[in-house]
Amino acid sequence: MNLFCVGLSHHTANVETREGFAGHAESDCLLRGIGCAEALVLTTCNRVEVYGASEKRVSTDEIARCLARKIDKEPHDYAVPFYRYEDTRCVQHLFRVASGLDSMVVGETEILGQAKKAYESARASGAVGPRLHRLFQRAFRVAKQVRTHTEITRGSVSVGSVAVDLAQKIFGQLNKCKVLVLGAGETSERTARALVSHGVTDLRVSNRSAHRAQELARLVGGQAVSFDDWLEQCREIDILITSTSSEAPLLTPANLAPMLRNRIDRPLFIIDIAVPRDVDPRVNEMEGVYLYDIDSLQSVAAQSLALRRQQTAAAEAIIAEHVADFVDSISRGLKRASRTPEHTSVADSSLRTSEL
Amino acid sequence: MDRQLLIVSTLCFLAAVVRTIVALRAGIFRPGRFNFLAIALGFIFQTAFLSIRGHSLGRCPLTNLFEVFIFLAWSVALIYMLVGPAYRLSLMGAFTAPLVVLIQGFALIAPIDVRHPVKVSANPWLEFHASISIVAYGAFALACIAGVMYLVQERQLKTHQLHSIFYHLPPLTDLFAAITRLLWLGFALYTLGIVSGFFTGRPLPHLQVVAAIAVWVLYAAILQGRHLRRLAPKRVAALCIIGFSAALTLLWGITFTAQMPSVP
Repeated sequence: MNLFCVGLSHHTANVETREGFAGHAESDCLLRGIGCAEALVLTTCNRVEVYGASEKRVSTDEIARCLARKIDKEPHDYAVPFYRYEDTRCVQHLFRVASGLDSMVVGETEILGQAKKAYESARASGAVGPRLHRLFQRAFRVAKQVRTHTEITRGSVSVGSVAVDLAQKIFGQLNKCKVLVLGAGETSERTARALVSHGVTDLRVSNRSAHRAQELARLVGGQAVSFDDWLEQCREIDILITSTSSEAPLLTPANLAPMLRNRIDRPLFIIDIAVPRDVDPRVNEMEGVYLYDIDSLQSVAAQSLALRRQQTAAAEAIIAEHVADFVDSISRGLKRASRTPEHTSVADSSLRTSEL
Repeated sequence: MDRQLLIVSTLCFLAAVVRTIVALRAGIFRPGRFNFLAIALGFIFQTAFLSIRGHSLGRCPLTNLFEVFIFLAWSVALIYMLVGPAYRLSLMGAFTAPLVVLIQGFALIAPIDVRHPVKVSANPWLEFHASISIVAYGAFALACIAGVMYLVQERQLKTHQLHSIFYHLPPLTDLFAAITRLLWLGFALYTLGIVSGFFTGRPLPHLQVVAAIAVWVLYAAILQGRHLRRLAPKRVAALCIIGFSAALTLLWGITFTAQMPSVP
């Protein structure tokens, strides 16, 4: 009995190719039909992978055919874009995938949830047996350990979540923060939604078109404010998100200074997503004002990503330790089983050392 | 025996410092229980030292500069353990430990543990004045540490250069709230210390009284500026560092020049 992983991911195939093998409802059954004793299909937007256990080798081409959404009548080599990992390398690959090391955004945690969902689904359909059960349970443990003992998931890597992170590092709890969204663009809407999902309740929207302001206010659960009053709002608000299409900066040190006069102990966080920018960069030099334009937000996201990449070595070390331990535990299980022949089920559920 | 306790205590604080440095270099700093436990252990040894020394002197161990420094380090650790967990300022331990190591290390190395030739009789008011003043210094030291943390975090936010430590430091508003509370605590204790100094029944050295009142006025001005919203949080944080440096200099001066070395 051997363990294997056959798949394609963003590393090896473009989205068009991945779409063609995204699997379907009968994939599990088909895979078992071609000789896989156990099979689990993990499908995400970035990967399609089959984890299986079989007595005899099942060819990559046969597995690819099971995953293909459309089978050509013409002879065709389906295996071309696929990679294949067997035994120890399969174990290592799954541990890396579950820990987010193989993801497009290193350290993202969504993959763990997706792997758990795929496992539950395969278990419910009876496609997962003792081998894949042990393998996946260990993978979930490894992912948790990597997350706890390294900084691989630290920091945000998208503009919206970076804005939320920064706001939390300035204000702590966001439920008492007053937010003004100036300009009703798509990115500002996403950022506002991210802030609302983190507790913001006082949200105001201002736009040149009053109708659009009201519409966005309704969508994000805020209130519309006249465009003539937006500057006055800076006396009260804590966070300003701007994304107007103004050609010249709307906010400068000269017009902001009077607004800050009575709020010396309250910081003002400005997120300027507009291009060209709505806020004069010199505003960042003012006391208590923290200005982030789109480049700064992206730079913070890039720093977080770099920080995560620095952690890769530590995460790989944890994974290597678990791979060795997993292989070793299987080998020990096999020895125990061979000493007690009556426990044939244990022997059955273990992998032979030679095979691993 | 008592110095050995102090060496062990310093090693405990040093362990917290080393762990922080190693973790920061590896980019995986995670303020956990280790720092708090190391500091708590160090505090226990400090307490044991002060207790033994106090018993042998028959009074509060504040008879020379060495004891004053150790009492100060003890106060810093005490206030940290009271304030740190309450305000979820776990990272404060990473900043507190180096300060304690510096104070205790200096006290251990410098030849300042000179026993007073004449056994000084206990004076409850004098002991209260000295000990409460030094605990106030402990609160000012923690305010200074919170000030350093504020400035580090503020600089990262201003320059958009976020390091690993950024994710572990508390939010600016929480740090500022902690600074304010520590300043009020220190100020109240310091006021009590100054007032109790007038009840010691001893002649008051004018220079020391003037210097002590100058430090009191400095902290009063910081708190007034904060209360009237005349000082931005960044300036308050910077003034906490300046204030504590001034207070420490004063403490040194008072203990060094005092006719009675026990009077801080």
